[in-house]
Amino acid sequence: MKVVVQTDKLDPYQAITHHETTELESGKHGGVVSFVGTMRDFNDGEDVTAMNLDYYPGMTEKHIEQVCQEAMEGWDVMDVLVVHRAGDVYPSDPIVLVAVWSAHRAAAFDACRYVINYLKERAPFWKCEVTTEGKKHWVEHNSEDPGAAKSRLKSA
Amino acid sequence: MEIDVKFFASLRERMGRTSDKVTLDQPAATVAVVWAKVSSEPMPSNILVAVNKEYTDLNQALKGGDEVAFFPPVTGG
Repeated sequence: MKVVVQTDKLDPYQAITHHETTELESGKHGGVVSFVGTMRDFNDGEDVTAMNLDYYPGMTEKHIEQVCQEAMEGWDVMDVLVVHRAGDVYPSDPIVLVAVWSAHRAAAFDACRYVINYLKERAPFWKCEVTTEGKKHWVEHNSEDPGAAKSRLKSA
Repeated sequence: MEIDVKFFASLRERMGRTSDKVTLDQPAATVAVVWAKVSSEPMPSNILVAVNKEYTDLNQALKGGDEVAFFPPVTGG
């Protein structure tokens, strides 16, 4: 299990390949399921040109590690990798990668969804958007209702 | 005892600083006492609290060297 929060640009596909070749035993896993979140150029009807992602160094990583640990205990998976951007990001930049390796696909899909849903709901990140008019504003809440995410997960 | 205080996101801008250090004389002082030291206003109801990087609330008792963080609801990745 590996969790990284970085201000450097993220190449999610290179990160998957690198982790798989350096951390996983060849031939043992049956697949990898990944979710890559990228930045949209719109939010709540406004055009967004840039975003700053604030986080709490130490607490944010610790929190994501706890969620990954829950996923490792909840499903039969071999490894979990999370890389999250912080700092200044721009439209189409990858912001988050969740990758899960397992012997069979069902566990990897479920664990990946668990990690990304809870990460978006509880991990200490704060978005500050810059609109085309140059206005800066802090996003007050996540666009996806956490309660809804939780109930979908339960019904899955 | 000395307590390290941190502020994040919109609250950091509102407080005009990223961190603070407060000295408390009371034994078993709580997070609420720390807030009263850093701000003359009541804590906004949506503000979250962490002590030593774990979520908690205003009633948590503190010990010297604890790190207390105040921040608005998280907006995820």
